[in-house]
Amino acid sequence: MTTTTTAVVAPAAPELSQVRRRRRLSPGRRLPAARLAGPLAVLALWAVASAAGALDPGAIPAPWTVLRTAGHLWTDGTLPTDVLTSLRRAAYGFAIGLTAGVLLALVAGLSRAGEALIDGTVQLNRAIPTLGLIPLFILWLGIGETFKIAIIAIVVYIPIYLNTHAALSGIDTRFVELAEVQGLSRLAFVRRVVIPGALPGFFVGLRLGVTGSWLGLVVLEQINATSGLGYLMFQAQNYGQSDVILVGLLIYGVFGLISDSVVRLIERRVLSWRRTLSS
Amino acid sequence: MAPHTEQLTRPAVRLRGLTRSFGGRTVLDGIDLDLPAGQFTALLGHSGSGKSTLLRAVAGLDHGVAGSGQLSAPERVSVVFQDSRLLPWARVLDNVLLGTEGKDAKQRGRAALAEVGLGGRERTWPGELSGGEAQRAALARSLVREPELLLADEPFGALDALTRIRMHNLLRELWKRHRPSVLLVTHDVDEAIVLADRVLVLDRGRIGLDLTIDRPHPRSYREPVLGEYRERLLAALGVTEDHE
Repeated sequence: MTTTTTAVVAPAAPELSQVRRRRRLSPGRRLPAARLAGPLAVLALWAVASAAGALDPGAIPAPWTVLRTAGHLWTDGTLPTDVLTSLRRAAYGFAIGLTAGVLLALVAGLSRAGEALIDGTVQLNRAIPTLGLIPLFILWLGIGETFKIAIIAIVVYIPIYLNTHAALSGIDTRFVELAEVQGLSRLAFVRRVVIPGALPGFFVGLRLGVTGSWLGLVVLEQINATSGLGYLMFQAQNYGQSDVILVGLLIYGVFGLISDSVVRLIERRVLSWRRTLSS
Repeated sequence: MAPHTEQLTRPAVRLRGLTRSFGGRTVLDGIDLDLPAGQFTALLGHSGSGKSTLLRAVAGLDHGVAGSGQLSAPERVSVVFQDSRLLPWARVLDNVLLGTEGKDAKQRGRAALAEVGLGGRERTWPGELSGGEAQRAALARSLVREPELLLADEPFGALDALTRIRMHNLLRELWKRHRPSVLLVTHDVDEAIVLADRVLVLDRGRIGLDLTIDRPHPRSYREPVLGEYRERLLAALGVTEDHE
């Protein structure tokens, strides 16, 4: 209760209502280990269903069966070489695709002649499904390692090129003007303005490229291979070994998850200046 | 020897018949102008009067703009823009040192930041600065190059009134210490009167009025003498103040 002693008869003041917090429309604070929660839930569901006998062990073997098979394959000696072969293919293809994507984007973004020559060509390349190039590449490069690495490189370079180039052409012209005023050399301009400005787009492309390298690998190894994870799974299909197939899939999944996390981690480090705004 | 008076006799900027046009519309129409070295000049004009075009021409930033005429300016020119134009991905000190090289560059960058009142903020990201602080950092970036000519394109236009007054004092102080020639483009008549020793009014592509303001600094907006200058400038701009 408030007591007023003034004699003035004021018109009844509108009652002040207590401020109520607005309903929050943003999703709120992040859950701890949020990215692992979903996969762990799936794993738990799988284990429970297997234990309850709800799954046909011939079609979907239990998680522990898959783990045991993985252990066997590892000590047998075939799994380590298969994994290494696959990793090497992905790494080579990825490295070549990354370099090509970044270099082409830089040339196309920094010179009009480069843009005229490169951009249209890459757009054309993009329109052709890369996996459709497999038969031609086998004819050109033989069925060895070269054609596999070439295909992976193509799958990787396209998203890296597209996103980096878009980021490059999107660099604020005000910053270009600033670089001119400050008398930057072309090299210093690229180093201090162009590359940092294009990094956010580059990382989007990088993450797509990483995923793309694994995707390309799976397809290549299941169609045209005599070694590697995909070959292992292809053989297992012939012998009806669903546990071996699951081992292969799990390894692909783990590799994909790890490489994506690594890229995210680097991105967070390199783009730390952005966190000051978003946090 | 009085180096200062000797300096004033030598023009820092010289324009002869400077013409610029955009799409057939003549924005600058044969401008002749000398800016003596070390002078603080303000350039007034309506929006669209071509004052920014003039500044960009002097800064050598008007690529691809049609025009003719002679133009000479010193070697070391700095530009302060309306936005602070700090690179968001570089820390404040790295922004200040953009385009500055040499062994003692870091030292000079720190000194320039201290001079604008941002000492100790070297490692801050631009996104963490307030508008006024960002513009101070931009001033430090232009100072560290020890410019002979400082071009400022409405540098305080985006700041709030209180910050603007503080920045006026800072700019004037910095000018007194370093003595570059200053060309300050503004649409704010009071800002021009308080800061500059010479005010030019750009009107239809020509210098419509060239006014020397011979009053001691620091000046206050409320000095009655300045009112006369204000009226002359407003008249040149085609604005009449409404007196009751």
